[in-house]
Amino acid sequence: MPLPYYVSPEQMMKDKAEYARKGIARGRSIVTLEYRDGILLVAENPSSLLHKVSEIYDRIAFAGVGKYNEFENLRIAGIRHADIKGYSYSRGDVTAKALANAYSQALGNIFTQDIKPFEVEVLVAEVADDNGAKSEIYHILYDGTIEDEHNYAAMGGQADEIRRFLKDHYQNGMSLEESLQLGVRALSVTQNKTLSERDLEVAVLDRSKERRKFRRIPPEALSQLLGTAK
Amino acid sequence: MNDERWLNLFNEYANSSFMEALRRQSPHLLPGAEPRPETPDVAAPHGTTVLAMRYRDGVIMAGDRQATAGYQVASRRIEKIFKADDLSGVGIAGAAGPAMEMAKLFQTELEHYEKVEGDNLSLEGKANKLGQMIRMNLQAAMMGLAVVPIFAGFDEKAGVGRLFKYDITGGRYEEKDYDAQGSGSKDARDSLKKLWRRDMARDEALRCALEALFDAADEDVGTGGPDLVRGIFPTVKTITRSGFGEVAEDEVRRVCESIAGDRTKSERGA
Repeated sequence: MPLPYYVSPEQMMKDKAEYARKGIARGRSIVTLEYRDGILLVAENPSSLLHKVSEIYDRIAFAGVGKYNEFENLRIAGIRHADIKGYSYSRGDVTAKALANAYSQALGNIFTQDIKPFEVEVLVAEVADDNGAKSEIYHILYDGTIEDEHNYAAMGGQADEIRRFLKDHYQNGMSLEESLQLGVRALSVTQNKTLSERDLEVAVLDRSKERRKFRRIPPEALSQLLGTAK
Repeated sequence: MNDERWLNLFNEYANSSFMEALRRQSPHLLPGAEPRPETPDVAAPHGTTVLAMRYRDGVIMAGDRQATAGYQVASRRIEKIFKADDLSGVGIAGAAGPAMEMAKLFQTELEHYEKVEGDNLSLEGKANKLGQMIRMNLQAAMMGLAVVPIFAGFDEKAGVGRLFKYDITGGRYEEKDYDAQGSGSKDARDSLKKLWRRDMARDEALRCALEALFDAADEDVGTGGPDLVRGIFPTVKTITRSGFGEVAEDEVRRVCESIAGDRTKSERGA
């Protein structure tokens, strides 16, 4: 008679975490930086159609790394959450904090209860209005761990190295141009080629915009900002 | 995995409608969800006159500011023309409460679609969606709480402004040149019939729209005219290739004063 197999909970969690981390490490990275007029999101993404960075609500943006279908699902759930909340209360009541907590709950539940954890990390950013309030950046891991980040954040394959680079080079009050160049340099740290505008997906939460602050930066504008325009 | 399960997952995912999400998660927030009284004693505020017309750059929409409940003025400053998205607007007439709710739901629906899909609905698609919302309100409409909006926008593909009118059952009809809706709509339309010309410039179109509202206010008790005492003037919006724009109140005031001046001097019957 075969013995019923036993796996200790510690071992099971360890295996799942390792599985998720491996999946995420295969993907490319994303950096987020606060700059003078808002929040900048830079993703290494060769596709111009399948987005890693997108709009959730007036002041809130989303970014995901790892398995596309999994973070895409989370993105849509986030838009639904935000739109329903804004519709039933008011637009000002939709916050990144509530959304980040919801993501954390969902990912935590999947991690403990499903056989296969999600191989994703997501980021929720909310740009503050001008009245001196702080912008918020939340980073949620595959197991539901949630961290609030200040000034900059990185996630994806080589996040640790990128974070170290940003720690040494980040400055307050950078212009869009400066912060974009820094972001691209940070993403290039772990590779031996320089990234061009074709490898990048860039968007900002621009506080000078009316109501919906999210704005994508198209390749032409990108090469201008990077100083590589011909 | 059986067929039904993956099909459900597919449909659940491939759905970009806010109304569908609302129906699943909070159906009580959908209009028409509550049972309505059999015999309503309706003195609910009604919005009165809105109009839309084509002009050279796109479409122009205008509405008076009064809400009327029975023989009473319910509000003097309500807003009847709403931005639906960057390239379209909706003008509401009929029961003001349900109409504003519908406008808000419609705005959310369009924005939701845009965010989920990363692309805008076609103008045709937007017009159909609004028709479906009106149909949801049919039961309330039969009890005196009808909502009959005008929808207008700039069609990016065709490069022209287009406008649509509706009936209470959600029937959707495209109008070529102009249309008006609400209690003063007949008078506004009569006025537009005489004044409207193809390819008018913005200034002419603005004046034409305000003349029509002037006439509606003149003939219809429910429609509010320019209120020079309180400084309340109709709202006018333009929708062109470059987006949804508001005509500044100062400009509307100047045109209204000029129309009033001309009519005072005029030897016509006002």
